[in-house]
Amino acid sequence: MRPFTGWLSLVSACGAALLLSGATALPGAAQQTHVAGKTGNAARGKPLYTRYCAGCHGDEGDAQGENAQWIDPKPRDFTLGVFKCRSTPSGALPTDQDLFNTVTRGFVTTNMPPWVALTPQNRVDLVAYIKTFSPRWRTAQAGRPITIPPEPAPTIEGILRGRELFQNLECWKCHGPAGHGDGPSAKTLTDSKDDPIRPYNFQTGTRFMCGETNQDLYRIFMTGLDGSPMPSFADQLQANQAWDLVHFLRTLQPLHSPEAAMWRSWFSTHGRELKPIGPEGGGQ
Amino acid sequence: MIARFTSVVALVAMVSGPAPGHRAAGGTISGKVTYTGTPPKARPIDMSKEPSCVAQHATPVTTQDAVTGAGNSVDYVVVYISAGDEGAAAATDTVRYEQKGCQYIPHVAVMQVHQPLAVLNDDPTSHNIHPLAKVNAEWNKSQPKGAPPIHTAWDQPEFIAVKCNVHPWMHGYFVVLKTPHSSITDSTGAFKLEGLPAGKYTVTAWHERFGTQSQEVTIAGSETKTANFVLTARPY
Ligand code: HEC
Ligand code: HEC
Repeated sequence: MRPFTGWLSLVSACGAALLLSGATALPGAAQQTHVAGKTGNAARGKPLYTRYCAGCHGDEGDAQGENAQWIDPKPRDFTLGVFKCRSTPSGALPTDQDLFNTVTRGFVTTNMPPWVALTPQNRVDLVAYIKTFSPRWRTAQAGRPITIPPEPAPTIEGILRGRELFQNLECWKCHGPAGHGDGPSAKTLTDSKDDPIRPYNFQTGTRFMCGETNQDLYRIFMTGLDGSPMPSFADQLQANQAWDLVHFLRTLQPLHSPEAAMWRSWFSTHGRELKPIGPEGGGQ
Repeated sequence: MIARFTSVVALVAMVSGPAPGHRAAGGTISGKVTYTGTPPKARPIDMSKEPSCVAQHATPVTTQDAVTGAGNSVDYVVVYISAGDEGAAAATDTVRYEQKGCQYIPHVAVMQVHQPLAVLNDDPTSHNIHPLAKVNAEWNKSQPKGAPPIHTAWDQPEFIAVKCNVHPWMHGYFVVLKTPHSSITDSTGAFKLEGLPAGKYTVTAWHERFGTQSQEVTIAGSETKTANFVLTARPY
């Protein structure tokens, strides 16, 4: 398919090797991380990685660990430098804080466990080590986190506008009209390694891989999940619209949230006025 | 279809309109790309999941990743100077990549490193544009109907597969080159590289399925040299 990536990756691999050998003598930026006042060190992270992470992510960070074959979705391949949970725009590297949060939180619904049992210093060191696997960390800096303005109080009008956005931005094509992960495109989706992948089913959970707060949810669809079919909507949504969408999405989950309560009481009297979400509908 | 003799230089010459005859300066390399072996048959695309796109096509659309024609010609081959023109002036015009009728137009878009690229959605439906870059940074953005163009550019030379996850049949390529001298074969397999100063060049032909081939061509003055390529076709 891509005949040239062969030598190109060879070239970048050589570049990485050169840079790495240089970096051992003179610690490069990627060898250190800074999170919440702690400085991570890749050399200290390495033995932790070998012990806790390599079984899935591989000694070389290439997702070829001995357990990887049994796992679906597959562990992240750190040599690509592509990450799902970011506060930064699509195409940009995540911040150290993003990676730290991921390692702490784990990925619900996958085999990626939370690593709260390790000390914060251990986790910062691990982040520093993860960043040695891809040459991207030496040629590019982390992106700049998107700004998230303060959350307005949810209103039923906002929830209805959010529903309109779910219809018009066609989230339902993948996530399904009711958010069950069964939209018309759901079955054909593959990630960037050509492995099949399912859209998130809002009915099954209260948490997301990339967090659980309303701010996390805002960030998820604004920045997208790079390496997956889930695109970024940052160019398409104003901040107030994004909050409307957050409040609507909360009504799809099995949660005792203020949004869900508001929605249920509105729906019991006005439900019939709504057109179903899908190819024909979405409006009131 | 689109005019696909888009030697970027020719395009720039046409857009910026320099003195007449400018394009004739320098030499030309032209030729044809053909195949040996068995190419896959173009297959009809089922767009029934997107009625607004079905409605845009009078006859069903077929796959474009292996388009061949009379005399074993190969369409959508990128032929370019891979060595010998280092330092040639960079193209600055904007390359357009359109999503129309749930297809990418052009199927293969050639551009230079840092050249402006505009991605447009002409369809009454959402697309997500997802370049699967490996050397450059992969990104994935939604572009609903009526959304403004996405303006971007690439930092490194790379052959980048492009897809839309919503419409899995949509496949295309961004071919990012160092050189301003490139051409995409038309339905007869013909290409033309113009405006080449005297020198020794490596000319490379790339096809998304049939691979890559190179040959050396020396241009002495304002002459036209022929370079033909025979790629090996493989069925799916
Ligand atoms: C049991 C297997 C397993 C182990 C052990 C494991 N991981 Fe993971 N990890 C995964 C899987 C699977 C994913 C990808 C999940 C997905 O893409 O949905 C992942 C993803 C990640 C990501 C990517 C986050 C993103 O935003 O894309 C990071 C970072 C990560 N792991 C770090 C670690 C670290 C550090 C350790 C060791 C402390 C570790 N993992 C141990 C399975 C594992
Ligand atoms: C092209 C298909 C597609 C479209 C369109 C799409 N999504 Fe997704 N979305 C996905 C996939 C696939 C995943 C799961 C990714 C994964 O598991 O790595 C996902 C995951 C998510 C998640 C969960 C992320 C997490 O951290 O667990 C949220 C929230 C989400 N999408 C919201 C939206 C919203 C809101 C829209 C519309 C504005 C939207 N999506 C449009 C395919 C899509």
